[in-house]
Amino acid sequence: MEIRPILASLRKHRIPATLIVLEIALACAVLCNAVFMIGQRVASIHWSNAIDEQGISVVTVNGADPKLAASDIPRNLAALRGIAGVTAVAAATSMPLDQNPALSPFVTKPDANTTVNSSVYFIGSDGERAMGLRLLQGRWFNADEYAGSGFKNFASTGHVALVTQSDANRLWPRQSALGKTLYSNSASWTVVGVVADVLAQDPKFSGPGGMYSSVFYPLQPDGVMGDYVLRSAPQDRERVEREAVQVLGKLQQGAVVEGKTYAGMRSDYFADTTSMVWMLVLVCVVMLAVTAFGIVGLTSFWVQQRRRQIGIRRAVGATRGHILSYFRTENFLLSTAGVLAGMALAFGINLYLMEHYEMSRMPWYYLPGSAIALWLLGQLAVFGPALRAAAVPPVVATRSV
Amino acid sequence: MFAYYLDLALRSLRRNKVLTMLMVLALALGIGATITTLTVLKLLSGDPLPQKSTQLFYPQLDPYPKDQPFSRSGKKLPWLMSYVDAMNLLHARKAQRQAVMALSQVKVTPQAQDGKAFYADGVLTTSDFFPMFDAPFQYGAGWASADDESREQVVVIAGFLNDKLFGGANSVGRTIRIEDHDFRIIGVLRPWAPQPRFYAVHLGGRDYGKGEAVFMPLQGARADGITPNTVMSYGPEHTDMQHLETAQSIWLGLWVQLSSADEASAYKLFLANYAQQQVALGRFQLSRVAFWDLMSWLRNEQVVPDDVRLQAGLALGFLLICVVNTVGLLLAKCLRRSREIGVRRALGASRGAIFAQFMVEAGIVGVAGGMLGLGFAELGLWGIRHQPAQYASLAHLDLSMFLFTFLVALVSSLIAGLLPAWRACVVAPAPQLKAS
Repeated sequence: MEIRPILASLRKHRIPATLIVLEIALACAVLCNAVFMIGQRVASIHWSNAIDEQGISVVTVNGADPKLAASDIPRNLAALRGIAGVTAVAAATSMPLDQNPALSPFVTKPDANTTVNSSVYFIGSDGERAMGLRLLQGRWFNADEYAGSGFKNFASTGHVALVTQSDANRLWPRQSALGKTLYSNSASWTVVGVVADVLAQDPKFSGPGGMYSSVFYPLQPDGVMGDYVLRSAPQDRERVEREAVQVLGKLQQGAVVEGKTYAGMRSDYFADTTSMVWMLVLVCVVMLAVTAFGIVGLTSFWVQQRRRQIGIRRAVGATRGHILSYFRTENFLLSTAGVLAGMALAFGINLYLMEHYEMSRMPWYYLPGSAIALWLLGQLAVFGPALRAAAVPPVVATRSV
Repeated sequence: MFAYYLDLALRSLRRNKVLTMLMVLALALGIGATITTLTVLKLLSGDPLPQKSTQLFYPQLDPYPKDQPFSRSGKKLPWLMSYVDAMNLLHARKAQRQAVMALSQVKVTPQAQDGKAFYADGVLTTSDFFPMFDAPFQYGAGWASADDESREQVVVIAGFLNDKLFGGANSVGRTIRIEDHDFRIIGVLRPWAPQPRFYAVHLGGRDYGKGEAVFMPLQGARADGITPNTVMSYGPEHTDMQHLETAQSIWLGLWVQLSSADEASAYKLFLANYAQQQVALGRFQLSRVAFWDLMSWLRNEQVVPDDVRLQAGLALGFLLICVVNTVGLLLAKCLRRSREIGVRRALGASRGAIFAQFMVEAGIVGVAGGMLGLGFAELGLWGIRHQPAQYASLAHLDLSMFLFTFLVALVSSLIAGLLPAWRACVVAPAPQLKAS
């Protein structure tokens, strides 16, 4: 395809050509950044979490008398074990994604400092099985450690802790974490096991440094344990959660009992993110539609304006294919100019967002990705008007002269 | 003349229904998206107490002790204050009014036989809280400053809690069971929830929403073992929750009311002196302080969620695309009418007349786009009200935004119309007439 005549014709119609280029450039810039934001958010919705998310239900008991906890908790656990389909039950202080952060800084030397705040979890006997933690190294807590560990001022009075793989790598790079001493403020514990990465109680608050930084302690029945974690087969979880709320509601009169499946907790935590994703998708779709209709409108007008010229070209021997490809090439040239400007603009917007918002650098492939999307959109939009142009009969050339 | 242009414009718009519809629809979508997001942004970045905000200030100190090897706060000052510092500043009474506060989730047990206990947001504060923040009372009043120290078990409850527990009747003098202790109700507030919830920021409360249900004297509530939502330890020990008052922990926010700039600078000086004094006494490591007026504090803490600001930016970008789109389509329409313009020019219409005619046409597209856009904005806000966000229930179009919609629509369509109208009025009549 010869492009010189196209360029000559575009030079004659500078303003409409500039408008199409501008529109494509803006659409490309917005699309790049919006898709990047969608990608980041979708990735956060799917953050991995090494517990049995599908099988867990959590029932929270708040406002029970803490002085009776030592007898209440074993009684409650026994009652919960009686629910059909429950394979493990344990009490705990908090759960990943429960939006109730209990944070502590952990270091490897008594006087060291850190900016990472780790989520602290205290789990009762059998907690590892009820949550479905995955042990990578070392061992679980033994019965003595569960029985001998208390809770004082947010810290464990026991001597042992489990850390996540991320923390093990962060605190003791290229060494085994097993047997090492973990310090927080003036207390210390021995690491007996490393578990696969469990999310923080509020990973958005903890940030990238702290989202997989979690420390687990054993704890004997204690008033601070408000969560009952029940594990069952995924298809039983809704029923198990319902029955557990009833059981605990009867046993803990005067307390506030609320239940949730873990799947529900996860979708609650990411509800904001999910709605933002849908909003971004909606904007992208509508924006692309508007751009496409703009291209259709302008090209149709162009075709109409050039009916005579098209007729003449047809009369002197151009085939329909020639006319079709003329308009498609013209659109391709305009789109190319548009996406080139758009990619530069997208990059600029990304730099601005990095400066003013918590946004990371956009990976390079988003740029050619949106460029290809807009090229395709342009070709799709121009197809209708181009077909109409190709349908112009050569006889038009002879009329009205 | 205007009526004639209007008639011409309507005829021209009717002639090409699909193109007109496309223009109006694109503009309406852009305007709808922009107004929706701007309404939310305006709502979230608003002034919580317009009549008072310039008089309210939030002081910050750096309580890290001298004997510590490092300060854990980094560059930013800690958000909250320790009990000792908050009480020292409170009792100094250097401001017109001052109150310290913490937020707590408290269990409320209704007195009725089958009443199920529930959790509600509570504020632990001191007596100046109500007059300082202009909290309006439906029944009763707040407690006196003498009651701050006497550990009186009294409570002020919010209107919505009064409706829930007492059916909206005057409940002053009745008791309410909070965290298994009886509190005597001394006041009931009218609906009152400044947005953003400026005093709840960093106290473990929500940034937006309906506000707290119960307001208790700090000392009385602490005597009953009620603990704050947010406690941050800055010392070498983990926080001892039983002895928060002496622990090296921050958990209180202090607000002061100062009626003039002179008073504000005097208070700032007092605060700086206090910090230096604490350094001299060996309590503090550093004498840094900060002193914010309410709006600067909200801006500095970036209370408005990033996502909301991003959405507004995105919508503006989208509106720009829609305007460019409208320019293109209007241009296409007007260039197609070169011959008509030629005829009108030949019959004596001036360039200004042609320009005006096309601007009227653009204006009509704008007004139609604005009306449809208003519909889209209402739809968008309805969507936001059904979102899980804290501020969802607040999203309503107000009158100023309603008018702003039409202004945006008209201005953007007129901007979109400028180029085509200019192109139209420079069309030379002779060649157009010759061609036919």
